Amino acid sequence: MAVAVEQRREQEARPAARRRVAAKGNFAVAMAVRDVDIDVAAIYPITPQVQIAEKITEYVANEELDAEVIHVESEHSAMSAVVAAAATGARVFTATASQGLEFMHEMLYIASGLRQPVVMALTTRALSAPINIWNDYSDAFGMRDTGWIMIFSENVQEAYDNVVQAYRIAEHPDVLLPVVVTLDGYILSHTVEPLEPLGREEALRFAPKRRYGYRPTLNPDMPMSFGVVGVPAWYHEIKYQQVRAMRESRRVIEETGREFGRRYGRSYGFIEEYMMDDAEVALVSLGATASLVKAAVNRLRKEGVKAGMVKIRVYRPFPAEELVKALENVEAVGTLNRAISYGGVVEDPLFMEVATALALRGIVKPMASFIHGMGGRDIFVRDIVAMYKKLMEHAKAGTSAKRTYFYGVKGHNPDDDQKM
Amino acid sequence: MEALKKPVRTIWDIPRPEQFAPGHNMCQGCAAALIMRMLMKVVGKDAIVVMGTGCVEVTTTPFPYTSWKNPWLHLAFENTAAGASGVEAALKALQRKYGVFKDRYIKVVAIAGDGGTFDIGLQSLSGMMERGHDVMYVVYDNEAYMNTGIQRSGATPLGAWTTTTPVGKRMRGEPRPKKDIIGIALAHRIPYIATANPAYPTDMMEKFRKAYETRGPSLVHVYSPCTPGWRIRNEHTIHVSRLAVQTGMWVQLEIENGKPRVTVKVPKRKPVREYLRIQGRFRHLTEEEIQKIQRMVDEYVEEINRWVGEQAIGPVVEE
Ligand SMILES: Cc1ncc(C[n+]2csc(CCOP(=O)(O)OP(=O)(O)O)c2C)c(N)n1
Ligand code: SF4
Ligand SMILES: [Mg+2]
Repeated sequence: MAVAVEQRREQEARPAARRRVAAKGNFAVAMAVRDVDIDVAAIYPITPQVQIAEKITEYVANEELDAEVIHVESEHSAMSAVVAAAATGARVFTATASQGLEFMHEMLYIASGLRQPVVMALTTRALSAPINIWNDYSDAFGMRDTGWIMIFSENVQEAYDNVVQAYRIAEHPDVLLPVVVTLDGYILSHTVEPLEPLGREEALRFAPKRRYGYRPTLNPDMPMSFGVVGVPAWYHEIKYQQVRAMRESRRVIEETGREFGRRYGRSYGFIEEYMMDDAEVALVSLGATASLVKAAVNRLRKEGVKAGMVKIRVYRPFPAEELVKALENVEAVGTLNRAISYGGVVEDPLFMEVATALALRGIVKPMASFIHGMGGRDIFVRDIVAMYKKLMEHAKAGTSAKRTYFYGVKGHNPDDDQKM
Repeated sequence: MEALKKPVRTIWDIPRPEQFAPGHNMCQGCAAALIMRMLMKVVGKDAIVVMGTGCVEVTTTPFPYTSWKNPWLHLAFENTAAGASGVEAALKALQRKYGVFKDRYIKVVAIAGDGGTFDIGLQSLSGMMERGHDVMYVVYDNEAYMNTGIQRSGATPLGAWTTTTPVGKRMRGEPRPKKDIIGIALAHRIPYIATANPAYPTDMMEKFRKAYETRGPSLVHVYSPCTPGWRIRNEHTIHVSRLAVQTGMWVQLEIENGKPRVTVKVPKRKPVREYLRIQGRFRHLTEEEIQKIQRMVDEYVEEINRWVGEQAIGPVVEE
């Protein structure tokens, strides 16, 4: 019996017929949303996400997608509407960036607190003031404690694949948490890259719709109250359940990424290691920035430097075990981020978690945090090479950088950061 | 229990079964409790309730208890109409794509307080009305933010004491008249708008029924005395409600497809003094201030009469 099941799985596992298209990140996301056949989308324009909304309405207008599109009057209402639609039993989607994400911030906690499988795309963008429409991760990092599963994409293909996987994860009865998939504003949202979409049939095979009623919904035949008052006698327990759900979602995320690879040849884990086998210095990064770090690693390898990189794909739940395993043998660890925690112990919020993950496992080694690329400031490969060299200095001296190094600031020498 | 099909003419037309259960924590004499009970009798079991943060929400759902026999959703304070829009859109998609609730009409009922409607929720309400969602929106208006302890809202009437419009040397209660939410709804040209009042239960339920039967957005604005907030006696809720209508402070309106009508005519009006004098929130008013409110009501009544094209509300007759 078990053998028969295995054999059938093998047959199913044959990679689907490949069709390659050229698409920008925004269109890849819209295609994924179409392919998983969402029921309700709430849309509100903000740069650089608008094309997702435009494309979805185009699909609906052309009957390529049968969905209700709510042209909400704000992002706060967008998130409210999709949480309510999910609670009614629909497969839902919305997308936003920057100020839009901040505007819906209150509702992010309510989406996760009500355990609604909302899926959202975030074209990462800087936050006002001053107003800036270009890429950094301030918006994404601002939602790190809202109870959402957070998946960062490195390229257009990943954005598509992550959205399809997001539905399978979010709607899994053992998870029932909202999922956000990021794609770097402009760098991915507006850049045309090759894309192999699964197509509707295959996407729905991978992320099938579950029978209505498999999870509690607003059903007149089985009335339930959602969003009641969490009195002190119960609130604590409810929050702990949410913690457990986030911890346990790891299993489903892992299984989903592995299964995706088995079927389509592109495997996904919590992290991606690049040249880490014999690496002596490593930078941890995420999103499309990881591609730049890879390029820097290639350049350094040519110079004979044993550099490596770890990309964090799933930022929430944070992959501490995987990360530590990848980093335990290097001499020095750095982080490169495009988000600031003003007044923090260091200003890079990513570093705080990487350092904590290592320290809790008794691993102490020279470390440094780097911030570059705020509000669309271009990060050059040579900048990252310089970061690696800085990291090597720390490795040699056996010291850590007490402050975050800010690279790419006009008229600023990053070494001065250590004096302030 | 099915939704009410027959018109409500007398109390004998009011259905016996209850969809709103007793045992909630609302204050004695709270009109909102009555309003909820009457509303749910009308809409029956095939209705999904979306409610904004406020007194009714917190008093009816202390986990693990609930007063709601219907599916019920509370998201936050300012987004009742957006949540209702989401439920309505989802129902449409589920019915069309998967045949869920096939051949059944499931009504979406949004309920929020005056603060959640006139002020912080106005944007989401405007969006819902403008987009034409099939949602019936009921605002219970106790004329202040009661849940947080009687702070003024855009619905607080001229002269009323609240904790943020105190009576002192420089401030004498609320300095501005009530916001015209009906005018705002009218500007959205929605098919059904009404005002209702718990002292006229059959009129109120008939309006709920018509809002229910409307396909598209409807708004019922319900007068809702709050005993601690208005500083009235628990047994005065209905008395005060009736006086509001009899003095012209509150006019029972119905606007179907833009056509206005007064449903409870008042041939002889009582002076507003009678309404104001029995409420602690107006206790500080001088005769001069009362006359100012009287003149404001006279003008309002005149405006209504002009609008409906008849003398629906008569002149003040001192007894
Ligand atoms: C965004 C936000 N701001 C403020 C509050 C605090 N708050 C909760 S209920 C409430 C008052 C509700 O007033 P209203 O809508 O008139 O309903 P009532 O309590 O009077 O029935 C306020 C201010 C909140 N919950 N959310
Ligand atoms: S405070 Fe007022 S509105 Fe709130 S429950 Fe009590 S009487 Fe009702
Ligand atoms: Mg109120």
